[in-house]
Amino acid sequence: MNSKTPILEVNQLHTHFFTKSGVVKAVDGVSFAITPGETLGIVGESGSGKSITAMSIMNLIPSPPGKIVDGEILFKGEDLLKKSEKQMRKIRGKEISMIFQDPMTSLNPVFTVEKQMVETILVHEKMSKKQAKDRAVELLDLVGIPEARGRLKNYPHEFSGGMRQRVMIAMALACNPEVLIADEPTTALDVTIQAQILELLARLQKELGMAIIMITHDLGVVAEVCDRVMVMYAGKPVEYTDKNTLFEQPKHPYTLGLMNSIPRIGAKQEKLAAIQGLPPDLRALPGGCSFAPRCTHAMESCLSHDPAWTEQAANHHVRCLLYEEDEEKVVSE
Amino acid sequence: MSVLLEVNNLKKHFPIKGSSLFEKEKRAVKAVDGVSFQVNKGETLGLVGESGCGKSTTGRAILKLLEPTSGEIRFNGEDITGYRGEKLRKLRRDMQLIFQDPYASLNPRKTIEQIITEPMKIFGMPKGERKQKLDRLLEVVGLSSYHKQRYPHEFSGGQRQRVGIARSLALDPELVICDEPVSALDVSIQAQVINLMEELQEEFQLTYLFIAHDLSVVHHISDRVAVMYLGQIVEIGEVEELYANPKHPYTQALLSAIPEADPKVSRERITIKGDLPSPSNPPAGCKFHTRCPYAEEICRNVNPELKQVSTDGQQAACHFVKEVALEY
Repeated sequence: MNSKTPILEVNQLHTHFFTKSGVVKAVDGVSFAITPGETLGIVGESGSGKSITAMSIMNLIPSPPGKIVDGEILFKGEDLLKKSEKQMRKIRGKEISMIFQDPMTSLNPVFTVEKQMVETILVHEKMSKKQAKDRAVELLDLVGIPEARGRLKNYPHEFSGGMRQRVMIAMALACNPEVLIADEPTTALDVTIQAQILELLARLQKELGMAIIMITHDLGVVAEVCDRVMVMYAGKPVEYTDKNTLFEQPKHPYTLGLMNSIPRIGAKQEKLAAIQGLPPDLRALPGGCSFAPRCTHAMESCLSHDPAWTEQAANHHVRCLLYEEDEEKVVSE
Repeated sequence: MSVLLEVNNLKKHFPIKGSSLFEKEKRAVKAVDGVSFQVNKGETLGLVGESGCGKSTTGRAILKLLEPTSGEIRFNGEDITGYRGEKLRKLRRDMQLIFQDPYASLNPRKTIEQIITEPMKIFGMPKGERKQKLDRLLEVVGLSSYHKQRYPHEFSGGQRQRVGIARSLALDPELVICDEPVSALDVSIQAQVINLMEELQEEFQLTYLFIAHDLSVVHHISDRVAVMYLGQIVEIGEVEELYANPKHPYTQALLSAIPEADPKVSRERITIKGDLPSPSNPPAGCKFHTRCPYAEEICRNVNPELKQVSTDGQQAACHFVKEVALEY
C-alpha cells in the first residue's frame, strides 16, 4: 500500500434518517481514506449504506429527514462538514465529482448535451462560452465519443446507454476533479458496454491521476478495477483491506457468503451457497452483530455483543467476533 | 429425450408508426428475425444476449402474448401458432411466465392468497382444493402460511419473486418461461432464488426457458444455451462446450467481457467497439459485421446461417467459424 497522504479521509461517519417509524441508521460508523490515483471499492447490497456514504461526502443528503449526526470528512485536510453550502458548491463538481447509475435520469432530457456541459464548465471556470464549448468537445473526445463536435447538438435521448454514460463521465471530468465518486456506473449497462466503460475509467485515471471511489454490488467489477475494498452490511463496514487479500483470505462471514453466492463460470457448482434469510430492517436492527441472524458461524455472544472494528492484520480491518482478541468466545463456538 | 417446445423461423416485427403513407415498404423494428430452436422436456435452455437483442420478445411470442409475424411454434408436437380463444386459454395452463420485476408484476391491491389462487380460480378449481394447493405452494417456495393475508408491499424483493414463482406453478405447467427472474435481486437473494428454481424443476419436472443477460447465472442453471444478437441466434450448444469453446466472435467477446470475481485471473479481453445497431435498420449481411474484429467482404453481403461446428451439436452462424475457432 502506498504511503502518500490521503486526498480524502472519512472518519466515523454516521448518517441517520429520522423517519416517522424510527431512526434509520443508514451509515453507522464508516471510516476510510483514499490517496490520489487509487481506486477504492465500496461493496454491499441494497440498503447497506454505500450510496448514502457517497451522498454524505458530496453533502447531498436530503435534510430533513437525513442528517449527518457524527464524523468528519477531510478533503485535503479540511472538514467538508464544516463548509457552508456556498463553499460546498465550489467543491462539488469541481474538485469532487460524481457519476450515477442511471445516465438517463441524471441528464436533463430537454437540454442539449452542449448546453448542459457548457453550463457545468462555466459555473466553475472563468472562460468564455466559446472556450467552454471547445473544452466540451475536448472532453467528449477524451471519453471516446466519435464526431464530438457534431454530437454536442444532440439531446440525451439521441445517445445510447453506453454513450450517455460517457457523456456523464465527460461532465464529471469537466473541471479535472481530484476525487471521482462512481455510484454503480455500469450497473445499467450491458457487459460488452460495461467492459468499455471500465476500460475508459482506468485509462482516464492513469492520464488524470484522480482518486476513484467505486460503489458497486458486483464483485467482478471490484476484482477488475479496485485497489482496496470496503464491504458494507446494514450501514456498517464489515471488512476493509486491499483487493488481493480480500479475494484470497476473506475473513468476515458475510464477505465469504457473498463470494460463494455468485455463480462462477469454469467450476460448475451443484448448488449455490446462498446466504440464508433476509437483510435486516434498518429501523429495527437486531442487537449485537447485524449479520448474526444470517451467519453460519454465529455464536450466542454474537446476538448480544456488537463486534468492534479491529485491525486483524496489517491493513486488514474486520468487524466480527470470530476475530476479536477474546479467544474464549472463539473457542466456545 | 422428447422435444417439448419447437420454434421454427420465428419472426416478430413491430411496424413503425408514422412511416409515410406512400412508402412502398413499411418499416419495422425486427425484434425477432428468424429464430429456431428446440427445448427438450425437463431441460433448461438459457437464452442470453444484451438489451434489445430480442430475447424477451421471443419469450413473449412463444406464449402468444405477442402475435408472431411469421414462423411456427410447436408445443408437445402440436402447432400452436394459430391458436386463438378457448384453445389458447387452455394451452396457457401448460406454459407460464415468471417476470423480471417482482414489484410491477404483483397486483398491489390483492393479498398473496388472492394472487396465487387467481389462476386456479380461472381454471375452475374447487375452493377446498385451492386452499390445499396454496398451502403446498407457499411451502415449496419457502414462505409461511401467515404470509397469505399480506399484501405485496409487505415483502422484500426476493420474497415477492417467490410469490411470482408460486403463482406461475399454480396450474402445474410443463414449461416455465423465466424472463430475467433474478436480475432485480441482490446477490445473496439471487442465489436463494436460483437454488429454489432448481429444486422446483426437479420436484415438478419443469422445463425452463431461462432468459437472462447475466452469463454466469445462465451458465449455472442451463443445460444448453442460445446466444442472440439483433433478433437472431448466433450460437447455440451445450453449456459447458459453448462456454469453453465459443465459436462465434460475438459469443467470444461477450464471454471475455464478464468481469471475473478473482483478481488473479487475467484474461485476454476482446473489446468489441461501438454500440448495438438499431434493429429497425439492421446492417446488411451478417448483423455483427459492424463490430466484428474479423469481418470481411462476404460478411457485409451475406447473412450466415447456423451451421454445425462440433460433433456434439454446437451450432454457430459465422462465415469464418473454422478460422475464428483456430485463432481463439
